[in-house]
Amino acid sequence: MERVYLDNNATTMVDPQVSALMKEFETEKYGNPNSLHSYGMEVRQPMEKALDQLYKGLGASDEDNIIINGCATEGNNTVLKYYLFDQILKKGDKKSIIVSSVEHPSVYNTAKYLETMGARVIFLPVNEDGIVTLDILKEYLNPEETALVSVMWANNETGLIFPVKEMAGYCRSVGIPFHTDAVQAIGKIPVDLQEVPVDYLTFSAHKFHGPKGIGGLYVRKGMPIGPLLHGGEQMGNLRAGTVNVPGFIGMGLAMDLAVSQLDRELTQVRALRDRLEDAMAHLPDVSILGKRELRTPNTILASFKGVEGEALAWELNKFGVAVSTGSACASESLETDHTLVAMNIDPSLSHTALRFSLSRFTRDEEISYVIEVLGKAVERLRKISIDY
Amino acid sequence: MAKKDLIGGKLWETYSNNVIERMNNPTYFGEISPEEADAEDRRLIVADWGAESCGDAVRLFWLVDTKSDTILKARFKTFGCGTAIASSDVMAELCMGKTVDEALKITNLDVEKALRDTEDQAAIPPQKMHCSVMAYDVIKKAASLYKGVEMEDLEEEEIVCECARVSLKTVKDVIRINDLKSVEEITRYTKAGAFCGSCIRPGGHEKRKYYLEDILAEVRAEMDREKIKSRGSLETFEEMSPIAQYKAIEKIFEEKIKPILHRDGGDVEVMDIKKEGEETIIFIRYLGGCATCAAAGTGTLSMIDQVLKETVGPRVTARMI
Repeated sequence: MERVYLDNNATTMVDPQVSALMKEFETEKYGNPNSLHSYGMEVRQPMEKALDQLYKGLGASDEDNIIINGCATEGNNTVLKYYLFDQILKKGDKKSIIVSSVEHPSVYNTAKYLETMGARVIFLPVNEDGIVTLDILKEYLNPEETALVSVMWANNETGLIFPVKEMAGYCRSVGIPFHTDAVQAIGKIPVDLQEVPVDYLTFSAHKFHGPKGIGGLYVRKGMPIGPLLHGGEQMGNLRAGTVNVPGFIGMGLAMDLAVSQLDRELTQVRALRDRLEDAMAHLPDVSILGKRELRTPNTILASFKGVEGEALAWELNKFGVAVSTGSACASESLETDHTLVAMNIDPSLSHTALRFSLSRFTRDEEISYVIEVLGKAVERLRKISIDY
Repeated sequence: MAKKDLIGGKLWETYSNNVIERMNNPTYFGEISPEEADAEDRRLIVADWGAESCGDAVRLFWLVDTKSDTILKARFKTFGCGTAIASSDVMAELCMGKTVDEALKITNLDVEKALRDTEDQAAIPPQKMHCSVMAYDVIKKAASLYKGVEMEDLEEEEIVCECARVSLKTVKDVIRINDLKSVEEITRYTKAGAFCGSCIRPGGHEKRKYYLEDILAEVRAEMDREKIKSRGSLETFEEMSPIAQYKAIEKIFEEKIKPILHRDGGDVEVMDIKKEGEETIIFIRYLGGCATCAAAGTGTLSMIDQVLKETVGPRVTARMI
């Protein structure tokens, strides 16, 4: 086995069909969609189609907006900073924003920035399962004070799925806008905006086998939003800058494929993940973080006692297996990961945690190979380890 | 920030081949059994440092010849990342054949240097320096056990960072040896402050006796005073000749004060130095943006005053002309 990629929560392979489609819009139909001439004309219809695919995939209605942008980080910044500038600083009647304490840095650090600009930010704790529940949200939410609530749909590290439908429904009932970062949910679990009353939702194509550098921000009909990037009149004046046409068209198809193959994710990918997880659990002294039934079907966050996370990631990389670590040792800041801190897990586990994330392209024999080399890698490092 | 910083994620590519080789195949990992030490003039030392909950822990085994105090054999066990394994491996190698006192002179920089492929290329990136510090600490621990400077003495050592068990002496030493200038650097080298953060400055979740920011300021001030001393070969600033005083002050302004003001388009010049009783007054004049800035007489002046007090001494005051 040459290499096995089990880091699909970081990024995914572009589906070959998507890649093939995009090529056409790079070397052949490369016009600017805002041009009047034939080069502009010929890209607008495929863009319409991509937009249809995105609206259909998310269950958005035509009155809603899906603003195409550069990435989910941009979408998250657009929403949080809109509320900072327009609602908190300009209007000034509500000063507080609620986010969860386990958000991706694109929300977490943006919220920290908002704090420096005068917003009051509440970081919601998680329960013993690592989840923000509706009860927790209710405890901290104050309709007089809260300008916006932002809670991710699924966590990037643990794969834990949050009760977004209940939280969004409650927020709507008390008149508070609700945003969710759905980057880790799309393509892994059903995301239907007819069913789930969120007001804003961000996503990124490269997490569901689309290209990097393209994403979207869903804004429900009637909800206020302003541009983060000012300039030209693209995206109905809501996102200036020439649209990344190949990326956009690729993202449309990637969404279509992700939604039509969701069953595979929920059955086949889940079965492979479960097989790997069961095999891990057979190794001595392994802890799996987060209950299986509460996670996205592709993710495992596991701790191997006595084996530091980065060391194990290195060891697996020697065998060609790509996984990622939340280990403080591997980050430049040396900070213990805030998600694991918020989950209040044993600090020694936070140094041994390793994330395995599969995709619909993961094959059965790849999982067999990973199971085989994982045992070897853990064994070698435990031989060197101090207390094992 | 510059070109080299723009594409992040570089970590494993920055390790030297020596580090990689030792991560993959450490030579000196393992234990020394009590049976091996069961002979005349032989003593087994087992020293532990760090904790798994902090992300790094190392156990060092020494077989020492008690007649000559020579370390005959050294072995280690490590819980930690690859660079911790590599640092431990080279540390064990460096100990062997040395006397306990000689081994005590091995610093974290020696460990890092021994891991280099070429003299001028660092073996590991800055955020991994704490691994080499851990190797240095465990030698100190082993030596203290051997010398019978027992646990009580070790516990008397002032611990600045409880999470990473970093002592006041270690913090002061790394600042001096490595010429560190920021708390972030101290954290990278020692891990102090990397966890709960309480020891960085007051206001964390735990009250501490020492804070890294204070220690850094204190040690830097000491180092600067020593520099002034060695430059003027005089005892104190007060004893310097007026020319030497002026030069020393000018240097502090050039190195420590002007760069800060330049960032905001301001500048300052030293106009005069006068004694007023016990006090030395440095007269300054603002230029550029500072000349019209409202904070020049308050925040900026107190910053300049602070720098002068830290570098020259407490009886020096900055005053606007």
